[in-house]
Amino acid sequence: MHWDIVIDNFDYFLWGQTQFDWVFPFVHKPGGLLAAIILAVVGIFGAFWIGLGAGLMRLSKRWWVKFPSVMYVEMIRGMPLLLLIFWFFFLAPVLTGQSLPAFATTMVCFMIFTGAYVAEIVRAGVMALPNGQMEAARGSGLSNYQAMRYVILPQALRNMIPSFVNQFVSLTKDTSLAAILGVGELTRTGVQVDNRETVASFEIWITIAGLYFIICYVLTSYSRRLEAELSKYQARDR
Amino acid sequence: MDYNFHWEKMFHGEPAQWMWEGLATTMQISAIALVCSMVLGTIICIMRMTPFKPLQWFSLAYTEFFRNTPLLVQIFFWYNASHYVIPAGINEWMNDLYVQFPGPFSLFGYDFIGEWVLFNVEFITGTIALTVYTSAFIAEEIRAGIFSIPKNQLEASRAVGLSFLQGYRYVILPQALRIVIPPLISQALNLIKNSSLCMVIGVTEMMYMASQIESYYAIPFEAFSVALLIYMTISLIISFCINMYNKHFMIQVMY
Repeated sequence: MHWDIVIDNFDYFLWGQTQFDWVFPFVHKPGGLLAAIILAVVGIFGAFWIGLGAGLMRLSKRWWVKFPSVMYVEMIRGMPLLLLIFWFFFLAPVLTGQSLPAFATTMVCFMIFTGAYVAEIVRAGVMALPNGQMEAARGSGLSNYQAMRYVILPQALRNMIPSFVNQFVSLTKDTSLAAILGVGELTRTGVQVDNRETVASFEIWITIAGLYFIICYVLTSYSRRLEAELSKYQARDR
Repeated sequence: MDYNFHWEKMFHGEPAQWMWEGLATTMQISAIALVCSMVLGTIICIMRMTPFKPLQWFSLAYTEFFRNTPLLVQIFFWYNASHYVIPAGINEWMNDLYVQFPGPFSLFGYDFIGEWVLFNVEFITGTIALTVYTSAFIAEEIRAGIFSIPKNQLEASRAVGLSFLQGYRYVILPQALRIVIPPLISQALNLIKNSSLCMVIGVTEMMYMASQIESYYAIPFEAFSVALLIYMTISLIISFCINMYNKHFMIQVMY
C-alpha cells in the first residue's frame, strides 16, 4: 500500500494548479476539487435560470412558446452529457469563430444539460400544486403573471428545493466528465497522479471517490431531511 | 461560419461502418450490463429487506457509496485498480482475454468485416463498472416501489391465510412491479447514455467511434451529430415505450 503518495498529493487533489491572489476573481486556473465545486455551483446557478424559463415556457398554452421548450428538454434528456460536451466543443468554434477554452465549454454544457432537468423539476413542481391555488389567486383579482409570481412560484419553488439539491448532487458527479476534455478538476488530477506514480492506483481512486462521496452524501442526506421538513407546509387539496 | 460540411463522408465507407460497429457495441455492453444489474440490484434490494442487520448495513453502504460517486471515477477505478478487489486468477484471465466472434456479414448494406462481438478486458471492466453503478440505482427503485405499497396490504394478506411468500407473490409484487417498471425502463435509458463514458478506457462504443471518425477524417460536427441522432432515436423509442406502458398497464394502487 502506498498511502504516502496520496498524502503527498492530497493538496493537488484539493486545489490542483489553482493560483490564489488578490486580483479579481481571486482564483485563477482553478483545479482539483475546487474546480469541481466551482463548476457545479456556477453550473447549477445558470441551470436554475435556464430551467425556470424552460419549465414555465412548457406550461404555457401557446404552442409557439411551448414547442421550443419541449424540443430543448426532450433533446437534452435524450443525449449523454459526454456527447453534448464533445458536440459543443466542436460546435462553438464554428459558431463564434474563435476557440472556447475547455473550462468555459464544460461550464456552458453543464448549464444547458442541467437546465433541461431543472425545467422538468419546475414543471412537475408547479403542476403538483393544487389547482385551487391558481383559481383562488385569479379569483382575487391577480393577473396570470401576478398569480404565478406571488402565489404559485413562491410555494412551488420551496417545494422544489430537495429536488434542486438532488440535481446539484448529480451535477457534482457529472463535473467529472470535464476531465475528458482536459479540465484539471478532481478526476483529472487523479488521472495525472495515477499516470505519474503508476503503483498507487487503488489508493488514489479510493481517495478521489471518497472526496466526491463526502460532498454528495452530505448533500443527499440534507435533501432527505429537507424533504421531510418541507412536506409539512405543503398546500393540499381539501 | 467558415466550415465546410461533408455529410456525404459520414454515410459511405469506413465512417459508416465504424458507426454501425459502435452502435452494436453500445447495445451489447448496455444489454449485458442491464441484465447483470437487474440481477445484482434485486439481490442488493433483498439484502436490504432481510431482518439480518449486517446484510442491511452492507446493502445500505453499497447503494449509498455507488450512487454518490461519479461513474467516471468508478470506471477508472475498475480499470486501473481492480486488481486489489478482484481475485488474481480472474484478473489474469481478464487481462489475457481476447475473444472475438469474427465473421463477415452484412447488415443494412454495410459489410461487417472485423469483429462482431469482442470481449476484451476493456469491455469486461466497462460492463462491471456500469453494472455496479446501475445496480445501486435499481436496488433503490425496487425498494421504493415495494415500500410504496401500504404495509396493511401484507398484513391483510396474512390474515386471509396466505403465507409470507405468497403474500409477496400474489399481493405485493403484482402491484409493486407496476410502479417499479417505468423507472426501471428509464434506468435502462440512463444506462445506454452512461455507456458512452466507457470510451475513456477504450471500449469501442459509439462515442469512441465518433471521436475516432473525428480524428481520422476531421469531420467533428458531422460525426457527433450522427451519434446525437442515434442516441436521441434510442431515447425517443424508449420513452415511447414508457408512455405506452403507462397507458396500458398503469392501474391505481389501492390505499
